[in-house]
Amino acid sequence: MIKSFKRNIKGILIEGMTLSAALLIIAIVVVMVTVIVIGGKDQISWEFLTSFPEDGMTKGGIFPAIYGTALLVIIMSVAAVPFGTITAIYLTEYAKENSIIAKTIRFAVRTLAVIPSIIYGLFGLGFFIKFVGTNVDNTFLGGHLKWGQPNILWASLTMALLTLPVVIVSVEEALKTVPRDLRAASLALGATKWQTIWKVVIPGSISGIMTGTILAVSRGAGEVAPILFTGVAYYVATLPTSFSDQFMVLGYHIYVMTTQSANVDKTMPIQFGTTLVLLALTFILNISAIILRYRIRKKKTD
Amino acid sequence: MTKKTKKAKQSELTDSGLIDITKKKFRWSEYLAEKIIKGTAFLSITIIVLIFFFVFRESMPIFSTAKATAKTEAAMENQAEQETYGDVTDKPKVEDTQETYGEVKDVSATADSTSEAYSVSAGSGFDDNQTALKSILTKDWVPVSQKPRYGIFSLIIGTFKVTIISMLFAAPLAIMAALYTASFAGKRLKEIIKPTIEMLAGFPSVVIGFFALMVMATFLQEIFHYDTRLNSFVGGIAMGIAAIPIIFTITEDALTAVPKTFKEASLALGASKWQTAFFVILPAATPGIFAAVLLGIGRVFGETMIALMATGNAAQMDLNPFTSVRTLAATIGAEMAEVVFGDTHYNVLFLIGSLLFIFTFILNAIAEFYVKGKLMKRIQGK
Amino acid sequence: MIHEKIHTENMFLHYGSKLALNDISIQIPEKKVTAFIGPSGCGKSTFLRSLNRMNDLIDGVKIEGKILIDGINIYDNNIDVVTLRKKVGMVFQKSNPFAKSIYENVAYGPRINGVKDKKQLDEIVETALQNAAIWTEVKDRLGDSAMGLSGGQQQRLCIARTLAVNPEIVLMDEPASALDPLSTSKIEELIVQLKEKYTIVIVTHNMQQAARISDLTAFFYLGELIEFDKTKKIFTNPDKKQTEDYITGRFG
Repeated sequence: MIKSFKRNIKGILIEGMTLSAALLIIAIVVVMVTVIVIGGKDQISWEFLTSFPEDGMTKGGIFPAIYGTALLVIIMSVAAVPFGTITAIYLTEYAKENSIIAKTIRFAVRTLAVIPSIIYGLFGLGFFIKFVGTNVDNTFLGGHLKWGQPNILWASLTMALLTLPVVIVSVEEALKTVPRDLRAASLALGATKWQTIWKVVIPGSISGIMTGTILAVSRGAGEVAPILFTGVAYYVATLPTSFSDQFMVLGYHIYVMTTQSANVDKTMPIQFGTTLVLLALTFILNISAIILRYRIRKKKTD
Repeated sequence: MTKKTKKAKQSELTDSGLIDITKKKFRWSEYLAEKIIKGTAFLSITIIVLIFFFVFRESMPIFSTAKATAKTEAAMENQAEQETYGDVTDKPKVEDTQETYGEVKDVSATADSTSEAYSVSAGSGFDDNQTALKSILTKDWVPVSQKPRYGIFSLIIGTFKVTIISMLFAAPLAIMAALYTASFAGKRLKEIIKPTIEMLAGFPSVVIGFFALMVMATFLQEIFHYDTRLNSFVGGIAMGIAAIPIIFTITEDALTAVPKTFKEASLALGASKWQTAFFVILPAATPGIFAAVLLGIGRVFGETMIALMATGNAAQMDLNPFTSVRTLAATIGAEMAEVVFGDTHYNVLFLIGSLLFIFTFILNAIAEFYVKGKLMKRIQGK
Repeated sequence: MIHEKIHTENMFLHYGSKLALNDISIQIPEKKVTAFIGPSGCGKSTFLRSLNRMNDLIDGVKIEGKILIDGINIYDNNIDVVTLRKKVGMVFQKSNPFAKSIYENVAYGPRINGVKDKKQLDEIVETALQNAAIWTEVKDRLGDSAMGLSGGQQQRLCIARTLAVNPEIVLMDEPASALDPLSTSKIEELIVQLKEKYTIVIVTHNMQQAARISDLTAFFYLGELIEFDKTKKIFTNPDKKQTEDYITGRFG
C-alpha cells in the first residue's frame, strides 16, 4: 500500500513537472504576444501603415518598410518556390529512395536548413555582390558601380537560398500524399512520367506547394541577418523602383529603432507598433500554413 | 489539328490494325524534363559547396599574406625543418617546432609596442595582416583603432557562455514539455501545446530580441539585481526561447517514434504511465533528444539578431553570467556593414563566418549520421 | 482457329531475392475473357502487372523469359513502354479516379495522346462511357467531380477511362472486390459485353465470378501456373489435385 502510494506521489510529481514545463512555454508565448499587442495596439492606424517616417524616424509611419518587406518576399518566392518544388519532385518522383544522390541531396537540404542565417548574409555579400555583381559591372558597365553593391535583388536571392529548404520539405510532404494508385492509373493509360507528374501529381499537391510558399514567406519576412549587408537600408526616402535599389524592411526597422536611434524612449510607440505589425504578419501567415497543412494531413489519412 | 493527331494515331498502327509497340520513341519533353529536374535538384548541393567556397575565399587573404610573412620571418627555422622533415618521430624536430611557436608568440607579444610603426604604414596592408593574424588568438577584440587587434578568443568564450546559458534554460524545458506532450497529455491539451510551439517557431528573431531588450531585460534585472542590464544571461534566455521549438519538435518526434510495443510491454509488466515514460520511452529516444539539443545549440550559436539586441555587445572575457558579451555572429552582424571591402577587418569577419559555418555543419552532421545510426540500432535492434 | 494474343514462355519473376513467379508459360486467346484465380499471394496479380510492365515501377523486380504480345517480346530493348500501356490498358482493384470532373477523367487518356478537338473528345468520352455502361447515370453531370460517384460507379468510370484510350487488351486486377453485390453484377455484365472488342484478362479471388464470366481460367499457386484450361473444365473436371482442392474450397 505505502509503496504504491510513494510511487504515485513520484508519478504525480513527474507528471506535474513536465506539465509545468509545457505550461511555462505557453506562458512565455502568451506574455510575449500580450506585451507586444498592448504596447503596439494604440500605434496601429491606417496612417501609420501607409505613411513615410518623419522627423528622423521619430514620427510618421512605416510604409516603406512594409512595402520593402512585401517586395522582398515576392522576389524571394519567385526564385525559391520553383526551385524548391522541382527539387522536391526530383526527390519523390525520380530519385530512388536509397540512392546516394538522393541521400546527399537530402543531407544538403537539411544542412541548408541549419546554417546560421548570418552565413547566408556573408555568402550573399561574397557571391552575389562581390563576385557576380562586380563581374557584371566590370564586363557590361565598364566598371561603373551598379550591381556590385547591396540591393533588393541580391537581398531577395540571398533570402531565397535561406528559405529553399522550407519549400522543399513542405512540397515533398505534399507530393507523398498523392496516392501511388493515381500515378499508376495515369501511367497505365499510356501517360509518360512527366505527363503524370504535370497533370496528376502537381495538381494533387497544390496546397502543399502553397503551404511551403507561405512558410517561406513568413520566414523571409522575419529574417534580418541575411540582408543586413546585402541590401537593406536604415532609411531610404523613396520606394525601391529597380532591382538595384536599396530598401527598408520591418525587421531591420525594429532593430535600428531599438539599438541605433538617438532617442530610444521617444520612438518606443513606433517600435512596439512596428513589432506588432511584423508579428501579426508572420502570425497570420503561419496560421494559414498550419491550417493548410492540417487539411493535407487529414486528406492523407482519409 | 485533328488530321494531324489522327495521322499520329495511325502511325502507331501496323498493317494488321494493331498498335505497334516496337518503335521506341524519343520524347524530347520527357528527356528535357528529367534533365532539368535532376539538374535543379543538385542546386542544394551546389549552394552548400558555393557557400563553403565563397565564405572561405573572402577570409583567405589573411592566411596567404600570413604565409608570406611566416616564410620570411622563419627562414632560419625553415632550413632546420627541412633537414628533419623525413623522420617524423624525431625528437629534436618536435623541440624545433616548439621553439618556433615560442618565437612567434614572442613577436606577437611585442606587437603592441611596435604597433605604432604599423599603423603609420597601414596602407600597405601587409604589415596590417601580420599583426592581425598574430592577434587572432588573443582576447582583445579592438578592430577599429589606431592599432587594430582581432582577438577572437573573447568572442568565442562569449558565444559559448551564451550558448550554455540558453541550453541550460531551453533544453530541460523543451524536453520535459515534449515528454509531457508525448506521454501524458490528453488530446485537447496536445492541440494547445503543439500549435503554440509552432507559433513560437514562427516568431521572427527580431521580435524575440525586441521583447528581450524592452521587457525581459528590465524584468530579470529586478529579480536578480545585476549591474548591466543587457548581458549574457538575458541574451541566453532570449535565445533559449528561440531554440525551444527546435528542441521540442525533434524530441517529440523521437519520443513518438519509439515503437508502441515498448510501451505496451512495459505497461503489461505493471509499470505505471510515468515509469514507462521515464524509464522506457525516454531512454529509447535519447539519441533523438541528443540530436535535438545539438540542433538547438546550432541555432543559438549562429543566432545574430537576438545576440545583437540583448547581450550588450561588449567583448569581455570572464565567466560571470551577468556581464555583457559579444558573440561571433553578432560581431559579423554589427561590423560587416561598416568595414572596407577587402580590408583585414573584412577578412577576419569572414574568417569568423567560416568558423560558424564549420561548427554548425559538424553539429548537423553528427546529428544526422551518428545519432540516426544509434536510434535505428536501439529501436530495431540491429 | 483462335488467334492468340498473349503468349509467355518460361517466364520467371524475381522480387529482390525472392522468386515470385516460377516458369510461367501460357497462351491467352484474343477477344475472350481469361480469369486468373488462386489464393492471395500466389502471384496472379504480379503476373497480370507484368503484362503491361507496371512492375517496372517497383524497385528490385527482375524478369526472365519471354512475354509476347502479338508475337513481340514486350521486354525487348526497342519496346516503347508508353505505347505498350496504351495497347494494354489496366483497371485496378481499388477504383482510382483522378480528382477531376467525370468528363476530364475519361478525356485524360485521349488528351495526353494529343486529341485536342473538343468535338472529337466529346465523342470519345461518350462512347467510352456508353461502353462502360455508365453513360445514362452520368450524362447529365459530366462536369461534376468523379469523387462524388459511388464505389461501383467510380470503378465503371475507371473502366471507361481505360476504354477511352482504345486499347486492345484490358487487364483487370480484382475490379469488383471492393464493391457491393449489385455493383459487382453490373461490372460482370459489362466484362462479358467487352470481350466482343477487347481481350480481357481478369484476376479474381472470387471463384464464382470466374466461373460466371470467363471463357478460360488459369489457376496459380505459390508462384506457379498449376493448370490452365476452359473454365468449364477447370470447375467441373480439373486435371490436377491442387486445382480441385482449391475449387472445392479445401484451402485458400
